[in-house]
Amino acid sequence: MICQECGNKPAALHFTKIVNGEKTEFHLCESCAREKGDSIPGAPNGFSIHNLLSGILEFEPSMGQNVKQQKKVIRCENCGLTYSQFRKIGRFGCSSCYNHFSDPLNPLLKRVHGNSVHVGKIPKISGGKIKYKRQIKDLKKELQSKIDLEEFEEAAKLRDEIRSLEQKISEA
Amino acid sequence: MKGEGADSDIVISSRIRLARNLTHYPFPMLSTNQQSEEVLEKVSDVVHDEDLKMISNFERIPLSEINSLESKVLVEKHLISPNLAEESRNGAVILSENESISIMINEEDHIRIQCLFPGFQINEAWELANHIDDIFEAKLNYAFDEKKGYLTSCPTNVGTGIRASVMLHLPALVLTQQINRILTAVSQVGLAVRGLYGEGSESLGNLFQISNQITLGQSEPEIIHNLYSVVKQIIEHERTARAKMLSESKTFLLDRVNRSYGILSYAQIMDSKEAAQRLSDVRLGIDLGLISNVSANVLNELMIMTQPGFLQQYASKKLSSDERDVLRAEMIRERIKK
Ligand SMILES: [Zn+2]
Ligand SMILES: [Zn+2]
Repeated sequence: MICQECGNKPAALHFTKIVNGEKTEFHLCESCAREKGDSIPGAPNGFSIHNLLSGILEFEPSMGQNVKQQKKVIRCENCGLTYSQFRKIGRFGCSSCYNHFSDPLNPLLKRVHGNSVHVGKIPKISGGKIKYKRQIKDLKKELQSKIDLEEFEEAAKLRDEIRSLEQKISEA
Repeated sequence: MKGEGADSDIVISSRIRLARNLTHYPFPMLSTNQQSEEVLEKVSDVVHDEDLKMISNFERIPLSEINSLESKVLVEKHLISPNLAEESRNGAVILSENESISIMINEEDHIRIQCLFPGFQINEAWELANHIDDIFEAKLNYAFDEKKGYLTSCPTNVGTGIRASVMLHLPALVLTQQINRILTAVSQVGLAVRGLYGEGSESLGNLFQISNQITLGQSEPEIIHNLYSVVKQIIEHERTARAKMLSESKTFLLDRVNRSYGILSYAQIMDSKEAAQRLSDVRLGIDLGLISNVSANVLNELMIMTQPGFLQQYASKKLSSDERDVLRAEMIRERIKK
């Protein structure tokens, strides 16, 4: 097997990452692996994904052949960074890059983090509405299960709660 | 940092880092001098917040106001990143009195809140970091997206922006050659492992850092719980390996530990690689009760103090590598014999 990174030396280190049951494999030669740093003797699986990231970004285009056809430059309108610049550096220029790059970015995020949506902490100031939305989503699930169980009194209470949250969102 | 906290015979330290950015400002990499100055001012203002003062007194240190040796020491104490020390524009760090909290400004992200606790206290570190985050968030508008969470400069941090990591001393697993199997297993449950002083390819002093890789799609408590339970298991494996070595090859252990103690006590030249290994041996000897005249605290201190930046600050001048090796040996001799 040939090194994924330089494409000419034989791959000596094989690194497997499993996220949410989805397997991604990396095959690197020794010198490329050393360049990535962070290796632990005898433990090729000890790479931090952070350092492999620019590697992933670099060999991404060769994977899909249709990439060559779409020559259109994707650029963040807010900070001016292009997607190909992002691929080289592995860093965004501003928070709007997430929106402007969303088409090519989503498969990348999926590869790094699995297929996922944020479920963690929400800031109170900039996330006020989002918190209500998440509560509504949870309540609606609960509501459905109450209806399924024919516990209609409970269901009515939940419906009122959902309404008052929806009110709060429209007022905010 | 003192040798205290839960499981401190194996866990050196527990750390939480939260990456946050302000809306309307480009990330530090692309910000203009004026923009990064504004970010610095806005974030620095929070130091005067009453809630923050309740936690500790804080000192704000702009990186432009300290010399390269002083910033190197902050790096070796893990209080700032090498990146902040070397490359940042208008970078600064806000440090709590006991240095367990450090808030970096204009590193890769606008704000990085870090809580570093001795021993296995990852939950405690998270609670404090979360509380500090609340205080900052009440004054600042964070860049946040409903689906992607906290928006960070690097796509590997997006979502919770959290990096939870634990530093482990695993000499028995290394000696009994079980370490690779365990580290492989760890990396397959979404955690990353790295050696402490990542110079070259060797992990010096049998120190390993384990941290979460995934920041999107799991809540902070889930991420921390996952790390916590994996580390708990590694601690058990290390304890078992230590007990087994003690019962089956005590003479070998005694020889190794005492030999290293002897060398640390009398050597005149000591490079950083040898120091790390010998200190690891002695630390193991202390933890197993084979050595009783040195404290774990002294060992923890030496692990940090024998690094290049620290040594040079101690000598208050730039030192060649040969000079460092002599000073390192001297410093170890002094402290270890007390
Ligand atoms: Zn290669
Ligand atoms: Zn941008």
